[in-house]
Amino acid sequence: MAKSLFQEVRANKVKSVVIMLFFLVMISCLGVLAGAIYGDIYFGAILAIIISFIYLLIGYYSGDSMILSMSGAKEATKKEYPHLVNTVEGLAIAAGVPTPKAYVINDSARNAFATGRDPKHSSVTVTTGLLEVLNREELEGVIAHEMSHVKNYDIRFMLVCVIFVGIITLLSDFILRSFLWGGRGRSDRKDAGNLTLIFIVVGIVLAILAPLIGQLIHLAVSRRREFLADANGAVLTRYPQGLANALKKIAKDPDPLVDNANRATAHLFISTPFRKRKSFVTNLFSTHPPIEERIRRLEEM
Amino acid sequence: MWEWIIGGILVVIVLYVILAYNGLIRLRNEVDNSWAQIDVQLKRRFDLIPNLIETVKGYAKHEKELFTDITKARSQMTQAHTIGEKAKANNMLSDTLKSLFAVAENYPKLQANENFLQLQEELSGTENKIGYSRQHYNDVVMMFNNKLQVFPTNTIAGMFNFGKKDLFEAAETERKNVQVKF
Repeated sequence: MAKSLFQEVRANKVKSVVIMLFFLVMISCLGVLAGAIYGDIYFGAILAIIISFIYLLIGYYSGDSMILSMSGAKEATKKEYPHLVNTVEGLAIAAGVPTPKAYVINDSARNAFATGRDPKHSSVTVTTGLLEVLNREELEGVIAHEMSHVKNYDIRFMLVCVIFVGIITLLSDFILRSFLWGGRGRSDRKDAGNLTLIFIVVGIVLAILAPLIGQLIHLAVSRRREFLADANGAVLTRYPQGLANALKKIAKDPDPLVDNANRATAHLFISTPFRKRKSFVTNLFSTHPPIEERIRRLEEM
Repeated sequence: MWEWIIGGILVVIVLYVILAYNGLIRLRNEVDNSWAQIDVQLKRRFDLIPNLIETVKGYAKHEKELFTDITKARSQMTQAHTIGEKAKANNMLSDTLKSLFAVAENYPKLQANENFLQLQEELSGTENKIGYSRQHYNDVVMMFNNKLQVFPTNTIAGMFNFGKKDLFEAAETERKNVQVKF
């Protein structure tokens, strides 16, 4: 059964809190484990909770600006991009949300994303490559899609997922490097042994968690979420063909690689920001529903 | 025993009335707010027009009739007060502006004027925003009016004298456009 907007918003808020709690519990467990090996459980647990709590706070309140600067997005001024700014303002009015800030990424790839923690603190970003190829109606379709993500708090849930996936990537990178560098040539052998043990245990835990995280990304960009944003966007513009045509142009992108996109931020985009490789594995781990399917549904509306 | 049951029912009824009343107030505020949104955009366009006429006059002096039409339509905006009047004045202004931009296509020098292009983008952006704010306003009004007519909120609306709100009607020509699109 179709959910009302109110239910969508509530579901997204609840899911965001659940993920944050899950994150706190997970890091605390790692802290307890590390503490146990090191001989002081309480110290490990408290340290882990404090660090993860600070990380969460920073991520929640300034994660969107970090994402923007990481992807090299610059704020679009009305003078330079009047067309884009006007469209964003217009669709914010249509959706009845505060106007999100408009950003532009100087990249020839054709892509767009929305981020933020709530409609009051949100932004919509478009690549210059996309701006160049779309006409007014198509751009309206894309912005309307992003505006729907803003309106129903998808952006908050996705932001929390980025924070979560980000720390896991960071931790596993860190541990991998420790394995490469650590272990040999230490004078304090007992201490070094403990450290290695901690890394091994944390590594195993992360290995167990990895599939869960993959699942999480899937949740964040569930087909349902994208289809819903397509449909709600069509309600805003009352013209589904606009977004359908835009998606066709996006699908024909000769170089879809957004230079500054990474695994953590990939699922924010309207279409996968990586090069297409038509193998079974990439399909399995793909973060987006097939674009052809989305076009088909829009054209049937 | 009975007094407990009756008391319980009364409490439920009072709670329901409070909730329904608050819901209606919230919705009515949203209607007012989205109306204000339309007004902001109408005002914006109103302010842009003198500038536009000045720019166009520099290149197309002979289109006097057009300029008087626009000025007349613009002055009618100031006299419009009810939603229906404003909608009508707004549609007239949209039509005259459309013919202005159509005429402007005959003047290549005007088409190349930076100032004109900027105004054109601003005006078509504002025109779109008027459309979007009207759409949002009408959606909210529809929700509000539905609540006024549907049982049981209609009894509460009647109790507290909530009045129906008017829709902001689109022009005939615009309606036809929309039909073509679908």
